[in-house]
Amino acid sequence: MTHHEPLTKAVSPPKAGADPAPPVAPAAPGPRRNGFAGFVRSFVRIRSGVAGLGILVVFGLLAVCAPLFISDNDLDVIKVDGPSLLAPTGGYPLGTDQEGRSILLLVIWGARSSLSIGLMATVLTVVLGSAVGLVAGHYGGWTGKALMHLTDWFIALPSLPLAISLSAVIGQGTASITIAIAVTSWSSTARLVRAQTLAVEAKPFIERARALGAGGPQVMLRHVLPNVTPLILVSSTLTVASAILSEATLTFLGLGDPTGISWGAMLNSALSGGAVTSGAWWYLYPPGIAILIVVLGFTLTGRAVETLLNPRSVKTR
Amino acid sequence: MSDIIDVASTAATKSTAGAPTGRRPRSGFARYLATKLVAAAVSFLATLVIGFVLFSLMPADPVQSITRGRPTSDAQMAQLRRQLGLDQSVPERFLHFVTDTLSGHLGTSWEFQQPVSSLIGDRLWPTLLLMGTATVISVALGLWLGVRSGWRHGSWLDRIATGASLTLWSVPTFWLGMILLITFSVGIGPIPGFLPAGGMSDPAITGGPDHVLDVAKHLVLPCLTMVLVIFAQYVAVMRSSIIDELGSPYLLTARAKGLRDDDVRRRHAVPNALLPSVTMIFMHLGTVLGGAITVETVYSWPGLGQLSYQALKVPDLPLLQGTFIVFSASVILMNLLADVIYRFLDPRVRAQ
Repeated sequence: MTHHEPLTKAVSPPKAGADPAPPVAPAAPGPRRNGFAGFVRSFVRIRSGVAGLGILVVFGLLAVCAPLFISDNDLDVIKVDGPSLLAPTGGYPLGTDQEGRSILLLVIWGARSSLSIGLMATVLTVVLGSAVGLVAGHYGGWTGKALMHLTDWFIALPSLPLAISLSAVIGQGTASITIAIAVTSWSSTARLVRAQTLAVEAKPFIERARALGAGGPQVMLRHVLPNVTPLILVSSTLTVASAILSEATLTFLGLGDPTGISWGAMLNSALSGGAVTSGAWWYLYPPGIAILIVVLGFTLTGRAVETLLNPRSVKTR
Repeated sequence: MSDIIDVASTAATKSTAGAPTGRRPRSGFARYLATKLVAAAVSFLATLVIGFVLFSLMPADPVQSITRGRPTSDAQMAQLRRQLGLDQSVPERFLHFVTDTLSGHLGTSWEFQQPVSSLIGDRLWPTLLLMGTATVISVALGLWLGVRSGWRHGSWLDRIATGASLTLWSVPTFWLGMILLITFSVGIGPIPGFLPAGGMSDPAITGGPDHVLDVAKHLVLPCLTMVLVIFAQYVAVMRSSIIDELGSPYLLTARAKGLRDDDVRRRHAVPNALLPSVTMIFMHLGTVLGGAITVETVYSWPGLGQLSYQALKVPDLPLLQGTFIVFSASVILMNLLADVIYRFLDPRVRAQ
């Protein structure tokens, strides 16, 4: 299982994600043999993966370029002059919120927060999980066992209650939810990396390195880590998907930066500000659909890469 | 060679799976249960450690948070610290915390000025009602659909089911809840809403059957939200375990015996494929409880999830600590139950 559970959901996304795409035909050149070019060629064959990557590129560009066409005048509650809760019209393609801000611009701006927190939390998760997994796999015995028990125990822990407790104690803010997401999701990476570390350490070249006098850290960093890295990268694509869902959930619960604009916070103000009860559907759909599409984009991309890197998944399907 | 033995033993266990087995060693089960109980106790202790570190050691000074905004003298603050036991050493405080928690004293809520345990006790039943109904429906629906789509994977039913579950997995639960709320309760455009918007019952309606009907009406939307999100995962697990079984030789044997396709599926494939799903359902139950937080917030359902949200907004640390411990304990309990049930369901585990 290479997936990290998002806070509200327990298992990995439906395995079927990569299924509709006819997996690489058995005759297709294996990505490993042909290096990067071969990998790209095989990836292009998986339609869902290409679609996923396309989604990510579009949203990434929008998020990066947003400051070019959205100014403070469009986002600051005091400076905007639009009508409150206006249904979609020519001037406001997606309508306005309670404060009279264009929802289209808010959704585009919200991508910045979701993507950046999602990516930062993923980096933190992957670094923490890989470190624990490597150490637990390399040093068996007491250390490894203790670390593995800790990991298993964190996997079983209900992540949303832990995350909200953690960010309530640390205090509101971007850093706090990033930490909360990382603390609740490193355990799956750790388990994955440990299993892979054990597999790599059983190979003869590790014995050779040891015989040549390599110490523990050198074996781990120079020999095991490079062999585990592809797996870590795949799993992190899927981690981003759940991190973004978690970010949306936590900001919806009001734990993010109180003045910041994010998809979760937009939905929170839609619920608490009366947009739901007044039937302002145009305020609800855009942020939710944005979350859905981005999460789907990461999941599809991750599944496609996983299908390519994992020879077993080709065999079993 | 080992494959053949494996198949033979699988086939053998299959044929006796339904029959009562009287030769199960009792002492083996007691020992199994004892190890699992010890593991659960250790997990719970670890939860208490986390709870203690989170809520008692990490916050800077609880007395400051309690007295925030009120004029307090140093003497009063010292008095409050003594009352809360903050003047003791850390191990002493942890020991107090553990004994208090085990005897059901979870402190006093800052926001409600009531014992946390009685607040949790009041809110427990609505959550159990919501989660219980949602779980039963989604298990039934998810397993049924999972079997169907796994058995004929690639069919149109399978495509729809897997596509839907992938999409539903990517949807934030609370957003789905808000969409259902605005569609069926508020109404969009000319279509009026017809279901209650929130809460668990209408205070104006009292008395037996009417009240039950009213609660059921309030239950529809939150329950539907939970079902839509959870059942997708059961579909996925059941589907992949059925697909794992598809190539098994014992199915070939069953077909060679001349069984109809339906019988091969129902009597041979499903019982074997059910095992991983059952474990997952139980392991998932505890987590579902945590997922209730957002759904209960959206629908103002008066359960533990909404209580956590109310505690979060203040933030009311003793109350948050209490709900955290209850959520974690329920996960541990469900995992324990999964282990025990698995042993009864899978003869291979029993034989070990």
